[in-house]
Amino acid sequence: MDAGMNKETMYQGQMHKIQRDLMLRWYQELDAAVDNNAPVVYLMVSGNCVELLHACGVLPVYPEINALQLAIRNQSLPALLKSEELGYSSDNCAYVKADMGSYAMNQKTTLGTRIPKPSLILCNYVGCSTYIKWFEHIAALTGAPLYMLDIPFVRTSEPLPQDVEYVVKQLNEVIEILEGITGKKLDPEELRFRVSLARIAEELWSEVKALSKHSPAPYDAYFDATTMMGPLYVYRGQKECVDFFQAALREFGERIQQGTGVGYTEKFRLVVEGPPPYPYFRTFRDLFANWGACAVASTYSTVGGIWEFGFRHDPDHPLKSIAEHMLSQNLANRNFLQRYGQIKRYVDEWQADALVIHSVKSCRLFSAGQGDMREHFTKDLSVPTLFVESDLEDPRYFSTAQMRNRIDAFFEALEHRKFCNTHVAGVAR
Amino acid sequence: MVFESLIEAWEEIVQDPDFSIVRDWKNRTGGKAVGYFPVYTPIEILHAGAILPVGVMGAGNRLEIAHADSRFGSFICSVAKSTMELGLRSNLNVMDGMIFHSICDTARNLAFLFQRNFSGRMKVDYIHFPQNPESSAAVDYLEAELRRLKTSMEELIARPITDEDLNRSIAACNENRNLVSQCYALRSEKPHMITTRELYILLKAGNYLRFEDHSIMLRSAMKAIENRTARPKDKIRVVLEGSFCEQPPLDLLQAFEDAGCYIVNDDLLPVRNWYLRDIEVNGNPLRALAENYVKHSRYSSVRHDWSHPRMEGLVEKARASKADAVVFCIAKFCEPAYFDYVPMKDALERENIPHLLVEFEEKMWTFEKARNEIETFVESILFD
Repeated sequence: MDAGMNKETMYQGQMHKIQRDLMLRWYQELDAAVDNNAPVVYLMVSGNCVELLHACGVLPVYPEINALQLAIRNQSLPALLKSEELGYSSDNCAYVKADMGSYAMNQKTTLGTRIPKPSLILCNYVGCSTYIKWFEHIAALTGAPLYMLDIPFVRTSEPLPQDVEYVVKQLNEVIEILEGITGKKLDPEELRFRVSLARIAEELWSEVKALSKHSPAPYDAYFDATTMMGPLYVYRGQKECVDFFQAALREFGERIQQGTGVGYTEKFRLVVEGPPPYPYFRTFRDLFANWGACAVASTYSTVGGIWEFGFRHDPDHPLKSIAEHMLSQNLANRNFLQRYGQIKRYVDEWQADALVIHSVKSCRLFSAGQGDMREHFTKDLSVPTLFVESDLEDPRYFSTAQMRNRIDAFFEALEHRKFCNTHVAGVAR
Repeated sequence: MVFESLIEAWEEIVQDPDFSIVRDWKNRTGGKAVGYFPVYTPIEILHAGAILPVGVMGAGNRLEIAHADSRFGSFICSVAKSTMELGLRSNLNVMDGMIFHSICDTARNLAFLFQRNFSGRMKVDYIHFPQNPESSAAVDYLEAELRRLKTSMEELIARPITDEDLNRSIAACNENRNLVSQCYALRSEKPHMITTRELYILLKAGNYLRFEDHSIMLRSAMKAIENRTARPKDKIRVVLEGSFCEQPPLDLLQAFEDAGCYIVNDDLLPVRNWYLRDIEVNGNPLRALAENYVKHSRYSSVRHDWSHPRMEGLVEKARASKADAVVFCIAKFCEPAYFDYVPMKDALERENIPHLLVEFEEKMWTFEKARNEIETFVESILFD
């Protein structure tokens, strides 16, 4: 371990500051919408179609982001306990529980702002079955209209023609509903413009992702990428998103030129699978940083979209490309074996030393079958793999001591393996 | 065979983790067998291809989980693990295919674990059922999805499945579902004449039989039941809700009745009783199947239909069954059932219908705790 072990590392740069400002602005806009009755649409993160909402002039609300904000600021437990009082099981997704508990407590956001009632609950059912229940419950509580935007799961190598047709038809139904809410017809030029802005941001995000192929990586592609997901999902289709990724690209490019990494010496390059433990986000990061371990790629940063392999929204075919994005160009709606393929590409192309699987209790989309994933990567592909369990929202499932033990043991073994490989290679030469 | 002996014989068969009856059927007929995971599959398409559709719903408490635990995390339901275990131990080698469906995230990932681990041994299909019945596009989509399944089954049997084949199967399946409905009606009317354990075994036998054979069995069983002499006991009438995928052990069902409940309706084995009405037999059978699924399915925790929410469906079911109470019987880690529990219990409370929550795992062995809870609940209603 580095001499600086167990110290808190400073990770934050310009990108983090801009992200904070943007997210604060969004929450302030939502707060203002409570008073001025501006239309808002509740949406989920996975494979979201936020550019369509911007084209219609409505603000998105993401209950997942509200829930994770509670967790990352250590405020999720009271809401979780409240939801359990209401009858939710300890085995239900804690994102939903925190959101419903918070709603029942009439809580403000962690920034002290209010969340407006939905004009439309648009359930983009993209892979996560829990979304259906979550939005049904919000609809039952608020009485707001609910539209179930059903995205067929990728069950063959590519989406089938009937899948694309089904989704495009539903998107047209959504547009009709949004037009009814705003009282304005959707301008096709405006949609093309929003999609073209999304495309530019996707190109920049993709370039950012490619930068972590450098060694040392200029940012952590798990923890820092999580930070970058906020503007990507809230502002995609707006100029702010483009500006944000330009700033991030500039900052990380400078770090590469200066040869500085994430603030500590990079000794291990990781691919990370699964969502982070938000209640212990900083602790979890430090446990890896203490070993000089830096994520160079992560699956979690692709739940809203996978752009690093070339997909872009297409302004010439906006609805078809939105449908394709929702169907197959995001992690959540791709099948488990396609995820294996995605991770393998990360390991090979980003030159990772190991895979870390963080299995969360709340999210079966991610966790069901991750033992098989470990089996595949260790036995079939000989990729050293660490498997740890906790939760993304519920602090009761994270034990720092146990987590530290497992992580330390893994890196001790990995360090030994690296030493042996180098030593043996040296002798052979 | 007298009814009691029939039930005794089938009690073993429906719990047999080796699927010996399927093996025998294949040896006898030379036909193909395709397993389907809960909760619903378009059995008509398999039947039309002379394939034996086999319900594969885990291994109950007859198989120790030795290998599958390590393939899943800690917080995953037993039915996914025991089904994986059946595959890892080669018990499913008798199947020529397995079909999974979009019922929950665990079942979906299980499908792809099957593809990785067993696709050399069997065909693995996955069906995405539409969750937007209010969209004008849902029926078209499902028709295409069913056509895809038909093509896959045709590849398996190496011959086409014709519309005539499909229509014959739809008619046979309609008849079978009508008989299942009659069994449910009989039990609801005279719950002292047949126990839920018996009815469950009778219906689960359909997981391993061609419709026609199962229908013969149901007809003769109903005759035998009607000829029984039994007197009603002082028990409460309950609807069982939440066991639509992982199935409770037979002894737990027995414990409900021993503790003073007549189960007068339930959502066990939903595939046997999925539709509210017959599927039309017409010139476009796949279209008819798709339309019936989108427009005339019973409410289910794995199917979204906001024009008729599940909580309303449960209240209507409890009223129609003249139930004194509803018992939520939910498998550990079953998210769809846990999520529905909250709005469903709220709806029951608004209607002053008492309810109880009992959790189970298919592999559970002791039922004393559950029985105590149920007894207390029954007494609280009987002596209210």
